[in-house]
Amino acid sequence: MSEPTAPVKKKRKVVLDQRLQAYRGVWVYIEHERGRVHPVSLELLGEGRKLADTLGVELAGVVMAGVDAGAEARGYCQTAFEYGADLCYLMQSDVLGEYRNEPYTQGLTDLVNAYQPEILLLGATTLGRDLAGSVATTLNTGLTADCTELAIDPDDRSLLSTRPTFGGSLLCTIVTLNYRPQMATVRPRVMAMPESQPGRTGRIVEHGLLLAEADIVTKVLEFIADDRRDTPQLPFADIIVAGGRGLGKPENFQLIRDLAKVLGAEVGASRPVVQAGWVEADRQVGQSGKTVRPKLYIAAGISGAIQHRVGMEGADCIVAINNDPDAPIFEFAHFGIVGDVATILPALTEAFWVKLKRQASLPPQEEAA
Amino acid sequence: MHSVVCIKQVPDSAQIRVHPVTNTIMRQGVPAIVNPYDLFALEEALRLRDQLGGRVTVISMGPTQAEVALRKALSLGADDAILVTDKAFAGADTLATSYALAAAIRQIGKELPVDLVFTGKQTIDGDTAQVGPGIARRMGLQLLTYVSRIVEVAPERREIVVERRAEGGVQVLQTRLPCLITMLEDSNRMRFGSLPDALRAARQEVRHWDKTAAGIEDVTKIGLKGSPTIVSKVFTPSPRAEKAEMIAIEDGSPADLAAALLGRIAARFPGVEKELAQRA
Amino acid sequence: MIERFDAIVVGAGPAGNAATYTLAKSGLHVLQIERGETAGAKNVQGAILYADALERLIPEFRDEAPLERHIIEQRMWVMDDESYIGTHFRSDEFNKPPHNRYTIIRAKFDKWFSKKVREAGALVINETTVTELLRDDRGKVIGVRTDRAGGDLHADVVILADGVNSTLARKAGFRPEIEPKHVALAVKEIHFMPRDTIESRFNIHKGEGVVIEMLGKITQGMMGTGFLYTNGDSVSIGIGCMLSDLMAQKTTPYELLERMKAHPSIRPLIQGGEMKEYAAHLIPEGGYHAIPQVFGDGWLIAGDSGMFVNAVHREGSNLAMTTGRIAAETVAELFKAGQPMTAANLAEYRRRLDDSFVMKDLMKYKDLPDIFHANKQFLTTYPELLNRSAYTMLRVDGVDKLSKEREIFADFRDKRSLFGLLGDAFKLWRAFR
Ligand SMILES: Cc1cc2nc3c(=O)[nH]c(=O)nc-3n(C[C@H](O)[C@H](O)[C@H](O)COP(=O)(O)OP(=O)(O)OC[C@H]3O[C@@H](n4cnc5c(N)ncnc54)[C@H](O)[C@@H]3O)c2cc1C
Ligand SMILES: Cc1cc2nc3c(=O)[nH]c(=O)nc-3n(C[C@H](O)[C@H](O)[C@H](O)COP(=O)(O)OP(=O)(O)OC[C@H]3O[C@@H](n4cnc5c(N)ncnc54)[C@H](O)[C@@H]3O)c2cc1C
Ligand SMILES: Nc1ncnc2c1ncn2[C@@H]1O[C@H](COP(=O)(O)O)[C@@H](O)[C@H]1O
Repeated sequence: MSEPTAPVKKKRKVVLDQRLQAYRGVWVYIEHERGRVHPVSLELLGEGRKLADTLGVELAGVVMAGVDAGAEARGYCQTAFEYGADLCYLMQSDVLGEYRNEPYTQGLTDLVNAYQPEILLLGATTLGRDLAGSVATTLNTGLTADCTELAIDPDDRSLLSTRPTFGGSLLCTIVTLNYRPQMATVRPRVMAMPESQPGRTGRIVEHGLLLAEADIVTKVLEFIADDRRDTPQLPFADIIVAGGRGLGKPENFQLIRDLAKVLGAEVGASRPVVQAGWVEADRQVGQSGKTVRPKLYIAAGISGAIQHRVGMEGADCIVAINNDPDAPIFEFAHFGIVGDVATILPALTEAFWVKLKRQASLPPQEEAA
Repeated sequence: MHSVVCIKQVPDSAQIRVHPVTNTIMRQGVPAIVNPYDLFALEEALRLRDQLGGRVTVISMGPTQAEVALRKALSLGADDAILVTDKAFAGADTLATSYALAAAIRQIGKELPVDLVFTGKQTIDGDTAQVGPGIARRMGLQLLTYVSRIVEVAPERREIVVERRAEGGVQVLQTRLPCLITMLEDSNRMRFGSLPDALRAARQEVRHWDKTAAGIEDVTKIGLKGSPTIVSKVFTPSPRAEKAEMIAIEDGSPADLAAALLGRIAARFPGVEKELAQRA
Repeated sequence: MIERFDAIVVGAGPAGNAATYTLAKSGLHVLQIERGETAGAKNVQGAILYADALERLIPEFRDEAPLERHIIEQRMWVMDDESYIGTHFRSDEFNKPPHNRYTIIRAKFDKWFSKKVREAGALVINETTVTELLRDDRGKVIGVRTDRAGGDLHADVVILADGVNSTLARKAGFRPEIEPKHVALAVKEIHFMPRDTIESRFNIHKGEGVVIEMLGKITQGMMGTGFLYTNGDSVSIGIGCMLSDLMAQKTTPYELLERMKAHPSIRPLIQGGEMKEYAAHLIPEGGYHAIPQVFGDGWLIAGDSGMFVNAVHREGSNLAMTTGRIAAETVAELFKAGQPMTAANLAEYRRRLDDSFVMKDLMKYKDLPDIFHANKQFLTTYPELLNRSAYTMLRVDGVDKLSKEREIFADFRDKRSLFGLLGDAFKLWRAFR
């Protein structure tokens, strides 16, 4: 990372209260949705494992579920173990069936007060943000949202949470002073997905929740599941072809779709293109859109503004096509072609088509050789 | 219905730049705007008022300049505006901000009971989405975040039904008034205030409340003192060590460039190559 | 709903603010309507502020207004493609308060001015566009209609200070379409850089500023000028040319500005700055002959809307403030005397303008635009010749100075006959006299 950009406040030296020194361990909230652990929780386990190892403490998952989830909830714990957790706190109750702020806040707060972790991480999903904000306020502690980097300060074991600020043009590192736990949320796909270790196990600590349905004011009348058939799964795509304002006109966006089709890729876009209505809003990559981590990201006619960059720089291989040799995207892409999208894109489509067709016709053994 | 809408004045982040040489934030000429997400909350509150009667009070915590944001809300049709402003609030993080706003909203409630508190989904400068939940917890209100639609309000039964954006779908929630709603973007379209609203906004007083007027009881919970988090450093994202490998061929056609690119990807990124093979 | 005011002012630029301020201070019930989100919202340029016009309104402005730097040095550069020849005038007299000229950033300055207007007691509404002037059946202006729903606004008099485009005046038939030869199209950028960089580059101390006016080949034979000012931590740079010339040459001012910034004498001055670019803006430069009827039954025009700009001296905002103030003073006096706002009574505005420096200055240069138009050599041949002469004279290469002088003289004669040279000198002298 580079030079500081603002007058840096000298970090206040804080001696942690006796009471707070008892807080130990790193926790990851395990979010699950219709029978599946949310990938962001697994990504967080990967990150949490590193923090726990640095601190020399245990990594715990927190699973909260309805009673009707039954054995499935133990399955979530098992998944957590395979992705690095040493133990899991499991809370099951009638009132935890559908997510609701009140019982979940109460439940997680109870767990924190009972077992006292020093760090608590949640995914920055609609659920995670809702829950984190309420829990932090209830516990009267600090919370840093949408972190892009987490680290431990070797001087005092405190959590250093780094996140974008000022519309993404800068990063800042935030510390939580004399308060515990230190809480942070992280957006999906910002952290790398760790390898799973099948068969790895851990302890389950069960904890009850003293709350009856009658105590809860808010009721879920209905859940209308999204129609997933047409919605893109951008965050999890392995290949993305994205277009920006440099395409010039909406018709040219077809060039992006053509290449994506040949590659079996998802289509992405920069914000101006979305705002102009050339593509749907859920195709937007970047700070106010999706964070992606594909193996291959092809950016055509995109300048590489910081707000776009933060959403895609986790890609393994970035190819940029831009007619301006000084476009900022060439600062961080892996490959660059200076040229007009209108001619380069069709050539690429053709080249990939030929390549994939040839590979398809090769017998598998030869391909491996 | 009496709704309180929390709005914040923020720098238009689209116009903030980092100085390339000195690496300092350049705020010159960067206009301050009403946090765009808060306008969806304001519009929703105005609609409820137009439909059911009552009042809309807008509140903001910030320096005296933030009065401009409140005046804008008045010109859009809000009835009343209160600026919570005091040197003691400086340096507040979200926890301290929600403490101060919750106290002030309680004071507002003493003048006229509050049925609904609205906040935006998040701010574009802080971007934390924490202040709304914070206020709700502190005031003991039911919290409804990411609300995309208010389905029904029944003041006589003290009930409200909303649609809330959740992971993988929409939750239809029913709860009791008073409650706090954080409004999702694009859930409505902000109106253009009328001429009488514009004139009223120009004339009307924006009340300024210091910490006493805002009913702050515990001064250790506001401003820098009441903030558990501090910013320890601000910096520009690091440039990647190596820049892009430029694919260029003298007098090459686009087809040549494409072929060269594919070759280089195969050479440097076997993972991508493997992925492509799977799609063949 | 209809609300009544003594006066309505359209626009919150220097003209509108000066007028509204004066009316409010005189105790009139006045409403000012501005289209932008705030005063100056659409006006992000840096500019030169001439103290005198503002001082007459707000004597204590120096203590309060957001001023960037006071000018201590004026440079005039005549540009060739890779060189310039020019004059620099710098005097420590300019450092003695009260200072006479300042650089300002309009966005900040207009906002401050608008605050003073409110404090003086005027009602100000923003984000409201006046779409139409309302008239009674005898044609007298009685109020305005805006783009906001919910009613009209009535007033005894409406002052139009809505800038160069003044769609209102045109729609009402008070003013003809502006001719392309009467307006310049200017573009301007601000380049931010640290204060000490500016101070060392321009050889000035804290608070001191420099203005560079440029003419010659940077405008490629079109009538216009370039300029560069130092602000607190930024430099304003811009160029403007007559619209008619731009249209004839099919050039855009952006291209001119790009070329100008690349000029070897200018590039080092702005190097390393963070650039902010702003859209082009028109400047009415038709001068005296282009000024329309500026008063009528129930209405007055001030500032750019009335074409009050002295192109030769790059004065606009001070003329805007002065005309705005005089318009308001005329109205306030009629009001106190209980006189109606008829054309006959408001004619006093024009009489006062004629007596002021505004009309006197515009009168003085009334023929200048035409001379430049008819004599392109002022903008191309002469700058080139001047620069070449300077180069010939200053290069030390073993040729004696007398031969060099002969060479230069021959050069001039090749390009332009001796008679032509004399004629040009005479025309210019007459115009500037
Ligand atoms: C709070 C905030 C949040 C934001 N969030 C996001 C976000 O989530 N995602 C996002 O993308 N942006 C976001 N932005 C906007 C971001 O700052 C940039 O404005 C945006 O990313 C630029 O999009 P672009 O690269 O398509 O357009 P431009 O910056 O206009 O770039 C177009 C590029 O195309 C090139 N080009 C032009 N013609 C051709 C041609 N014929 N062939 C090849 N190249 C050509 C140009 O050289 C240029 O580099 C956000 C901004 C703010 C303030
Ligand atoms: C590039 C450039 C550089 C310049 N440099 C200088 C300089 O250094 N020194 C100098 O003295 N002068 C300079 N000028 C000239 C100066 O800017 C103008 O002469 C001056 O701004 C005129 O003031 P005004 O109040 O008449 O008009 P404006 O400043 O244009 O104000 C008109 C206002 O009316 C509003 N408006 C318009 N129509 C409506 C409507 N229908 N309803 C409501 N509101 C409306 C507009 O939004 C605007 O705010 C420069 C001009 C340009 C373009
Ligand atoms: N200083 C403040 N004054 C009033 N409302 C605020 C303030 N800060 C945040 N809010 C409200 O809380 C919401 C969430 O803000 P944040 O947690 O900063 O993302 C905003 O959309 C506002 O409605």
